[in-house]
Amino acid sequence: MKKILLLGETKKNRVKMVSYELIARARRLPGKGEVGRKKGGSVGINGIDRSRGITVGKADDDTLEVVVILPGEAENPEELCYRGADRVLHIDQKEFNYFSPERLQKALSAIIKKEDPDVLIAAATTTGRTVMPYLAVKEKTGLTADCTELKLDTESGTLYQTRPAVGGNIMATIKTAFGKPQMATVRQNSMKPLDRDESRKVNIENLAFSGDILKSRIKYLGITEFKERETLKDAKVIISGGRGLKKKDNFFLIEEFAELIHAHAGASREAVDRGWISYPHQVGLSGKTVNPELYVAVGISGAIQHLAGMQTSKKIVSINIDPGAQIFSVSDLGIVCDLFDILPVVIKKLRGR
Amino acid sequence: MREKNSQETLRRHAAQFSYVAPNIAVLIKHVPETENLKIDEKTGTVVRKGQNAIVNPMDLYAIEAALTVKDKNHKTDITVITMGPPNAERSLREALSMGCDNAVLISGREFAGSDTFATSLVLSRVIKGLKNYDLILCGERATDGDTGQVGPAVASFLDYPVITYVSNFKLNTNNSGEFIASVDRIVEEGIEHYEAELPVVLTISKAIGVPRIPTLSGKKRAKKAVIKNIGFNPELFGEDEVGLNGSPTRVIKLYRPKVKRNPLIIIPKNEEEIEAAADKLIDFLKNEAGIV
Repeated sequence: MKKILLLGETKKNRVKMVSYELIARARRLPGKGEVGRKKGGSVGINGIDRSRGITVGKADDDTLEVVVILPGEAENPEELCYRGADRVLHIDQKEFNYFSPERLQKALSAIIKKEDPDVLIAAATTTGRTVMPYLAVKEKTGLTADCTELKLDTESGTLYQTRPAVGGNIMATIKTAFGKPQMATVRQNSMKPLDRDESRKVNIENLAFSGDILKSRIKYLGITEFKERETLKDAKVIISGGRGLKKKDNFFLIEEFAELIHAHAGASREAVDRGWISYPHQVGLSGKTVNPELYVAVGISGAIQHLAGMQTSKKIVSINIDPGAQIFSVSDLGIVCDLFDILPVVIKKLRGR
Repeated sequence: MREKNSQETLRRHAAQFSYVAPNIAVLIKHVPETENLKIDEKTGTVVRKGQNAIVNPMDLYAIEAALTVKDKNHKTDITVITMGPPNAERSLREALSMGCDNAVLISGREFAGSDTFATSLVLSRVIKGLKNYDLILCGERATDGDTGQVGPAVASFLDYPVITYVSNFKLNTNNSGEFIASVDRIVEEGIEHYEAELPVVLTISKAIGVPRIPTLSGKKRAKKAVIKNIGFNPELFGEDEVGLNGSPTRVIKLYRPKVKRNPLIIIPKNEEEIEAAADKLIDFLKNEAGIV
């Protein structure tokens, strides 16, 4: 039996969705290259499973123990068990409601010492991407960032960690040559949570840390939350513009198109780098990973960093003047056309409705 | 008593006007320009020959952040540090031309193949040997490796606190004249506000502001500047601590990603066909995505 530790997250005393995604990810670890691949489900370039969630049966349980660490006070830790966790280590303390990398690292180090896990996985959120490298150094072990696919050889215990490499045009599979646990962060919104099953056994241990572990040299003062329109992450429809817009003055075409169909405006890294729209709108590996019902890419060639942030969208439409643009390969509908020819027509038609 | 008071006033005065200046280290990476990146199909590594290399674009924001501190307090000392091939010197000179004061190049065959763990170990050892830095600034991530791990890992090796995804920060002084950093950080839900003791490692996001362009006088100064070179020094590093030997992660396989979706492609050739394509798009919005 291999022990998998997952770093769950809370928000306003509730378990965050990303924690359930991690459990689904962990439950599908065993296997040889078949992770996330199910009959009938199509697999994107990142090995993302677009099929429905599966129900956890007892059969899943004999090779793995899946343990979720949940830092911060939460009202519903049992939900993690319903979603497939065998055990929850709930750090039920107010000091963990807010993020301090060093405090969380000290707590995680204490847990690792006690649990001796084979694998530790966190989501590639702002929390995971910060505390995991901090922790990996203290544990003297390897960490692979932003994995799109993970598989575990349950006999040898080796974790195969796959991520986009150099420039993102190629995928690299990585293993941890020395150090324990094997650590990885995985992209969020890339795996559906398992179906909820209330008959599963609830096993929650409440942990309380004291003394040095609670000390932090940074002090959390508060948060200014984004307004609804600013958060791309939960958007149903996103219209994104890229370098094809040519200059800042043209970006209103994207904003107007988005406005007309009550969509959010997004952008590629190039557009944000050129200052056409602000950073919170950036979609892609160095921006946000989005998962809308519809994603429309206008004047975006489709660098793999961008694709990695949007290709789990349910439907994708792209407009690009270059027929060879990579974006077409992940699209459901592609229009090869100068965007300045077609966008005004589309906007006019939408306005006329 | 009066003397003590006036000393106190003086000290407060000094703190307020920052006669005490912070030392800042900025860690940068020399990366290939991603626009025309070529991959060696056999080894899966980036073909560096004949490729332009630049300062990692995300690191320019860290440099800008450091220079903003210097704008307010001219005695601020900024050291820019990189580990990379000998020609990474060019990136250091660019940072100098923007206004950084000193540059350090860590280069040597022994360091080749270092993963983020080994790289962070080397950087942190070098930093420790240079100066007592109040602030260590990094870009959010590099455009080639794209891991964003070096900043937090360097902080961990140095046992300093770290704040990532910083969108804004200010250095204030408390009553005893010590610096306190007030730091904003962009997360999924909004902007978090923190206060940090120094020294602290900050990874700087794009939200900090547009990086400045080097000035002509800056370029002249940078051209003449002496760059401190640090090679593999057995007194500083063990052989098993750097390069592949010191790297806990190993690349074992490289492959081209497969793409799957079967798009309907329309190529309109004239105004009429553009009209039709626009209708098709709107139909798609309506039928497939249930909007409009």
